[in-house]
Amino acid sequence: MKKARLVVIGNGMAGVRALEELLKLAPDLYDITVFGAEPHGNYNRILLSPVLAGEMTIKDIMLNDVDWYAQNGITLHLDKKVTQIDRVRRKVIAADGTEAAYDRLLLATGSNPVMLPVPGGDLPGVVAYRDIKDTDEMIEAASHYRHAVVIGGGLLGLEAANGLRLRGMDVTVVHLMPWLMERQLDRAAAGLLQQSLEAKGLKFLLEKQTEQIIGTSMLPPLQGEGWGGDGFGAVDLPHPHRTHPHPNLPPEGEGTIAPPPSRGRLGGGWVDSLPHEREGARSSRVTSIRFKDGTEIPADLVVMAVGIRPNTGLAEAAGLHCSRGVVVDDTMQTYDPRIYAVGECASHRGIAYGLVAPLFEQARVCANHLAQLGISRYTGSVTSTKLKVTGIDLFSAGDFMGGEGSEEIVLSDSFRGVYKKLVVKDDKIVGGVLYGDTADGSWYFQLLRDGQNIRELRDRLMSGQSHLGNSGHQGRSNAASMPDDMEVCGCNGVCKGTIVKAIKEKGLFTLEEVRKHTKASSSCGSCTGLVEQILASTVGGAYQPADAGRKPLCGCTDYTHEEIRKAIIERKLKSIPEAMSFFEWRNVDGCAFCRPALNYYLLCAWPHDYRDDPQSRFINERAHANIQKDGTYSVVPRIYGGVTTPAQLRRIAEVAEKYAIPALRCTGGQRINLLGVKKENLPKVWADLDMPSGYAYGKSIRTVKTCVGSEWCRFGVQDSTNMGIALERALDRMWAPHKVKLAVSGCPRNCAEATIKDIGIVGVESGWEIYVAGNGGIKAEVALFLVKAKSAEEVMEYAGAFIQLYREEARYLDRTVHWVQRAGMGYVKQRIVEDSAGRKALYERLKDALRDEKDPWRERAHGFEAQEFAPVRFNRNNIQGGSHERVDEGVPA
Amino acid sequence: MSEWMRVCPLEEIPKLGSRVVQTGNGDIAVFRNGADAIFALRDQCPHKGGPLSQGIVSDRKVTCPLHGWAVQLDSGEAVAPDCGCTNRYRARVDKGEVYINLSEPK
Repeated sequence: MKKARLVVIGNGMAGVRALEELLKLAPDLYDITVFGAEPHGNYNRILLSPVLAGEMTIKDIMLNDVDWYAQNGITLHLDKKVTQIDRVRRKVIAADGTEAAYDRLLLATGSNPVMLPVPGGDLPGVVAYRDIKDTDEMIEAASHYRHAVVIGGGLLGLEAANGLRLRGMDVTVVHLMPWLMERQLDRAAAGLLQQSLEAKGLKFLLEKQTEQIIGTSMLPPLQGEGWGGDGFGAVDLPHPHRTHPHPNLPPEGEGTIAPPPSRGRLGGGWVDSLPHEREGARSSRVTSIRFKDGTEIPADLVVMAVGIRPNTGLAEAAGLHCSRGVVVDDTMQTYDPRIYAVGECASHRGIAYGLVAPLFEQARVCANHLAQLGISRYTGSVTSTKLKVTGIDLFSAGDFMGGEGSEEIVLSDSFRGVYKKLVVKDDKIVGGVLYGDTADGSWYFQLLRDGQNIRELRDRLMSGQSHLGNSGHQGRSNAASMPDDMEVCGCNGVCKGTIVKAIKEKGLFTLEEVRKHTKASSSCGSCTGLVEQILASTVGGAYQPADAGRKPLCGCTDYTHEEIRKAIIERKLKSIPEAMSFFEWRNVDGCAFCRPALNYYLLCAWPHDYRDDPQSRFINERAHANIQKDGTYSVVPRIYGGVTTPAQLRRIAEVAEKYAIPALRCTGGQRINLLGVKKENLPKVWADLDMPSGYAYGKSIRTVKTCVGSEWCRFGVQDSTNMGIALERALDRMWAPHKVKLAVSGCPRNCAEATIKDIGIVGVESGWEIYVAGNGGIKAEVALFLVKAKSAEEVMEYAGAFIQLYREEARYLDRTVHWVQRAGMGYVKQRIVEDSAGRKALYERLKDALRDEKDPWRERAHGFEAQEFAPVRFNRNNIQGGSHERVDEGVPA
Repeated sequence: MSEWMRVCPLEEIPKLGSRVVQTGNGDIAVFRNGADAIFALRDQCPHKGGPLSQGIVSDRKVTCPLHGWAVQLDSGEAVAPDCGCTNRYRARVDKGEVYINLSEPK
């Protein structure tokens, strides 16, 4: 059958990303043709700034060279500008006459820089800043000329100015507004930024309006030529805060205005001819620039960086509905359903995005529909900005100006050069600006995107997310200041330089990609914050932290943990294949992440009906022992409350000798670990031990650590040992989203370290204090006070109800701390403390779920699942004599 | 030389599971996937020698239990971007019995 034809106009980041996503989903569906106006393969446009600054080369920023197109069977037309779309005959025609017919057409034409129509704007030496050609021209100018003037003090203009300054030019930035980057910064942060840039040698002229660019032999403009009025005639600079409080909403009724996100170089590379290329450009070169107030400064190079405008000319000529961009719906389709549009040229719900992260999201959705899967929607993006000027840390997101109905939390430390402002509305972060210390930018942005209630975080918000400095990376919390050879990921031994290199060379944009390629942050995850910072500073505005608010279970599905859990109950799904087929799982059998998750969710939903699937459990839970690096296993029997007997110890000793177990050690959870047991010996070891499983290997109840307590201790005020034993017995054999650790201390000296446990109980004279959601591992977290209990029975009920709520509502592999941080302690208190009927019901559900769980060791000691532990023995020298016959290859299959 | 050796009846390897075959030359992991296809690999992950037989099987891949590398059952190759390869042997089912051929790696 003949394949459908897909034509892509625009060879930039958005269009090619859509193709990459499409090839992943449906590699053979289309014959693909790509038109690019530039003579290059697909490159990372946002890294042009480091190229200009001399920190990278063009070669470094190529994402897909021409070989990539050939390898994927894509026909590539470089340096060919498409001039017409014939929607009736369904073909596109390029300037040189090349034609390509389509069944589906993808517009990714990007945007054009806005050029001020001032006299002299077409002189040689006046450039925009969008593509490789512009960058080359600026680099070339820097080696011959001295004075550069950059018009526009936005993100793009400042990056250009910084690059030119690093190349030795004398650079002045001219800006119409009273402060720099007014779309991303408030006045205070902009002031700090200006100071830093001035220290780097840049000059600034604020509130200056360009009247004329003057060349060597140019006449002054004639009166009445039409540049009067606001000084720029038809093109006005966008001033969103004068006309509109929200930075993402464009000013109304200014049809020619650039779309609001000021980042302007991400789209198709399908650029209209710029004024300075037009016919009639005089041979004279720019010499100076004059402002409305009559002042004039010398200029050998003028860079216009005043904004971008979606490149819609082609679409409009083809009769597609455009309104500040090619209008698309949530499936990225234009008004012609055969034609899609993504990237800077597209207008979605009134917004044309200029940042790369939303474009990638659009590309993913578009690819899903092109692949005929039809299950994905784009619903818009909240964007954040990061300036890529080496040595300057700046982050901004959302509504950072605040105003009526919102409050501001501000930290300003002029000595350290740090300024942080968060704008809060209805207990949620709606925007923020960080200057000088952006380590927590991704965290704040995550809170913003998730719409998380921050009331309880409020007092700690400014000091940031403390986990960045935890173990494994030498206490560092700021990636920018780390040298390249410093280790970031202590688990996998990955240095900063390795990560940066991989991001640049492999063109990585997401945390997930960095994890796959470098292994950094892929094990314990404690360096995730650092890796995110490195990503953010390397790819700049392209980086967008994962959206935790809508996190698909895994790559096999687009549905979230919560959606899946809900449907399991409502639709009465009672097996993994049923769940996978109901949600149209993408991969046959799922993967090593989703199968254990589904197994747990089903088990939790149907404790008595669901038949546990051993093949969907990680080996430790399948073998009920902990796999070691040499493939042997460890055995940790349960020793309730750490209280043992001579007989028990004798049995352990005898087993260790009988099976030549090479190592015995005491665990941190006050029990004994038998290390180095061969898998085939496990059932026999369990039989001889005749002790219950300690579940030291599972996403399950682990241990309840105790101190000696009032029975012996002269300080003890409560019997912590027996409280611990009661809890451990009640929770025995309990599976959970992740491991669950408890501790009980008999007095506030807290020798059992209860305040870093999932549930910590601390005895006081008048009863027990209950703490929850602590953690002593990767990310040390102090448990939060939940409630005071008067009796042991109350402790059991509160603790049981809390654990059941965690079991029912946390995502698989969430520890209690992760879940409580997301759900909020207020919610937990409401469910566990205030709602006493609900609490009792939760506790009853927990008891019911555990009522017929059997001890896994006892079952297996009696032959259950025997084949899991029994290898097949082969003896090649004795094939005939054994049970293994030799057969001829000719035996029909 | 081609020696087909009987391992066990097919039903003694669970669907999406495996069986370890101990030979004089080290362990072989024999896998059965959801479509009842049978694969045999040296029971050593190309990364750090982890026992692949203990991993989670899905479709034509197994995920090593030690550090999560995915290895292709039909080629023995690690799934990109990881890079490495473990020996693969011929395996088949005949009249409900599983056979493997260790004469030479494929």
